[in-house]
Amino acid sequence: MTLKTEPFVLNFGPVHPSTHGVYRMRATLDGEVILDIEPVFGYLHRGIEKLAEERTYTGFIPLTDRLDYISSMSNNMAYCMAVEKLTGITVPERAEYLRVIIAELQRLANHCIAIGSFFNDAGAYFTPFLYMFREREKILDLFDMLSGQRLTYNYMRIGGFTQDIPDEFLPAVRKLLDTLPKFLDEYEFFIKENEVLLARAKGVGVLSREIAVNCGISGPVARASGIDWDLRKADPYSIYDRFEFDIPTCENGDCYDRYRVRFMEMRQSLRIIEQAVKDIPAGPVRSDVPHLVRPPAGEAYAHIESPKGELGFYVVSDDSIAPYRCHVRPTSLINLAALREMVRGWKVADLILIFGSIDICLGEVDR
Amino acid sequence: MEVSRNREYIYSQDELDRYEGRVIEELKANSTEPIPDPDEWLDEELKRNVLVTTVDAVINWGRRSSLWTAICFPACCAFELIAVNGPRFDLSRFGMEILRASPRQADLMITAGTMTWKMAPNVRRIYNQMPEPKWVIAMGACAISGGIFRSSYNVVPGYNKIIPVDVYVPGCPPRPEALIYGIQKLQQKIAKAPVLPDLPKSLRKGKQE
Amino acid sequence: MTVALDAKDIAGRVDGAVPGSVVESTVECILVDAGSLPAVAAFLRDTEDLKFDYLNYITAVDYYSYFEVVYRMTSLVHNHSVVVKTRCYDREKPAVPSVVGLWQTADFQEREIYDLMGIAFEGHPNMRRIFLWDGFPGHPLRKDYLQ
Repeated sequence: MTLKTEPFVLNFGPVHPSTHGVYRMRATLDGEVILDIEPVFGYLHRGIEKLAEERTYTGFIPLTDRLDYISSMSNNMAYCMAVEKLTGITVPERAEYLRVIIAELQRLANHCIAIGSFFNDAGAYFTPFLYMFREREKILDLFDMLSGQRLTYNYMRIGGFTQDIPDEFLPAVRKLLDTLPKFLDEYEFFIKENEVLLARAKGVGVLSREIAVNCGISGPVARASGIDWDLRKADPYSIYDRFEFDIPTCENGDCYDRYRVRFMEMRQSLRIIEQAVKDIPAGPVRSDVPHLVRPPAGEAYAHIESPKGELGFYVVSDDSIAPYRCHVRPTSLINLAALREMVRGWKVADLILIFGSIDICLGEVDR
Repeated sequence: MEVSRNREYIYSQDELDRYEGRVIEELKANSTEPIPDPDEWLDEELKRNVLVTTVDAVINWGRRSSLWTAICFPACCAFELIAVNGPRFDLSRFGMEILRASPRQADLMITAGTMTWKMAPNVRRIYNQMPEPKWVIAMGACAISGGIFRSSYNVVPGYNKIIPVDVYVPGCPPRPEALIYGIQKLQQKIAKAPVLPDLPKSLRKGKQE
Repeated sequence: MTVALDAKDIAGRVDGAVPGSVVESTVECILVDAGSLPAVAAFLRDTEDLKFDYLNYITAVDYYSYFEVVYRMTSLVHNHSVVVKTRCYDREKPAVPSVVGLWQTADFQEREIYDLMGIAFEGHPNMRRIFLWDGFPGHPLRKDYLQ
């Protein structure tokens, strides 16, 4: 008596209870074990690259906010750096220091959500997530003080910032630097040796180094697989070469390592912010840039180490007030290329956890 | 034990994609006019006597105090919605901490994000799967009118082209306080709604399937 | 610091290894003939002192008379980078060979370029639309796309 079975295709629809957005997967399953997945995107494709050709250079900055909407300041920064490279504008010192402080605060806020939703996917429904949200609210309060907005800031401009920081900002940052390390210690105490987490995440979804390099993976996912590549050290932009910080890497490349790398990166970000807050000079925050920026004809590519990986903007200009072509190097789309390799042989519940540990944002995948 | 299958019912991925494309094109062709907002509670002709009013008030109190939200969050506004559920702006004091994955157990849909034409049939299907009575809050500029992406080729200019909307909450994204205000406005609307003539209201909403 | 290599030197070596492939080279980028792109890419990836094992991005730009496909590669080992471009002059059915066999990261990016620009990549195992639905009229990112 033989049981004839055959693989069947299960659709993880665009609407599913995960905070990552409208992402659809067609998984070919043999029982509960995954044989293959095929991702389907486009449910949030808003045509941002086409809209770039209608807006002016400065008018495109709000659209860049909505790309990776969890870490909007990083997107602004990458785009402004690309246009500044094209035009040859240098940013004043105070603005550079502020950019570093804001970028690292944004990295903290992003990793709060990344780690929180990783535990959400692992099954600890909402408690670690809400702990992280409590700290993220403190960081969002700082950004609210700067730009008036909590999520999509539109604060950076080509050549610096719109306006200088208010007086309460730096004391508030110092207060955050005092309280946040204790919170990270408390969180780690609860979570680090938890048996359920270790059983679910250790050894699950291993991404080897060779596949990671071939698939173009960058960011914490690559560093968890042992690739010692961080753009802040390998190709320093802005003034990152003046600060002292480490790049955490792990060897195994499983889900647990990706969580550990993000957690250690949060501590390193605190170090950078501390050094920057101590050394920030006085001065203007915006260089003399015409209101309607008109770069000379040419092209430029600028990339930064955003919280999710290498985010870059490739801008082509033809000496007019709107970009001729603006392409976003989408970190999340490229990081998804390895998903297929990582999930073969695991079960459905592991698929959700592995997918959550890559930490993608659908706004960047679909643009 | 041989388990045989009728091969005609197994579709290839290409056929599924082509079917999806046809559904989207059809929906796009038929959704040029906005669906009118449901506002029968303003109707003065529905006079009710005292006994029915008390029953109405009790039922409406039950309905508005425990709204369960269906998950439909495509984009950025989703994170403000999650922040509203978070520890600082606590939504469970309104009885709404449940974010049910299944629309069959939900009665409120907060549309938090831009809707694209590719996503539109799925949103319509989720709306159809919600049982009556159901309400929709359009959250954010993209949900009201397409927002900053209005001129794009793939963006639906507002959720009210596809589903009827009860409350519009402006903002990009709206602050959590604004969303809570919008939810309270919806609760006031539910408090005034007539309960008994439910059937004509659902027919007038243009429910399909 | 990632050194952006002087593309003229690399162009000389590429022309030596794959004769007739380099059309033009400036300091910033190498312009390669479309047909010999896989051979050039394999040379760049496998030569020991170049070792461009990481493909940053693939993108395409529509200049009205031709399409230009841009590749940027980085070597994680030696920490240097280069930009390679190729042009496609056909507007009806543009086609460029695919590099998916060399770098798996090209999979989604080439599908995206096919979807939005219409450039088909020969040799890609799954050349279908990725963002827009099957049956969408036209390719939106082209300059002559009318809504």
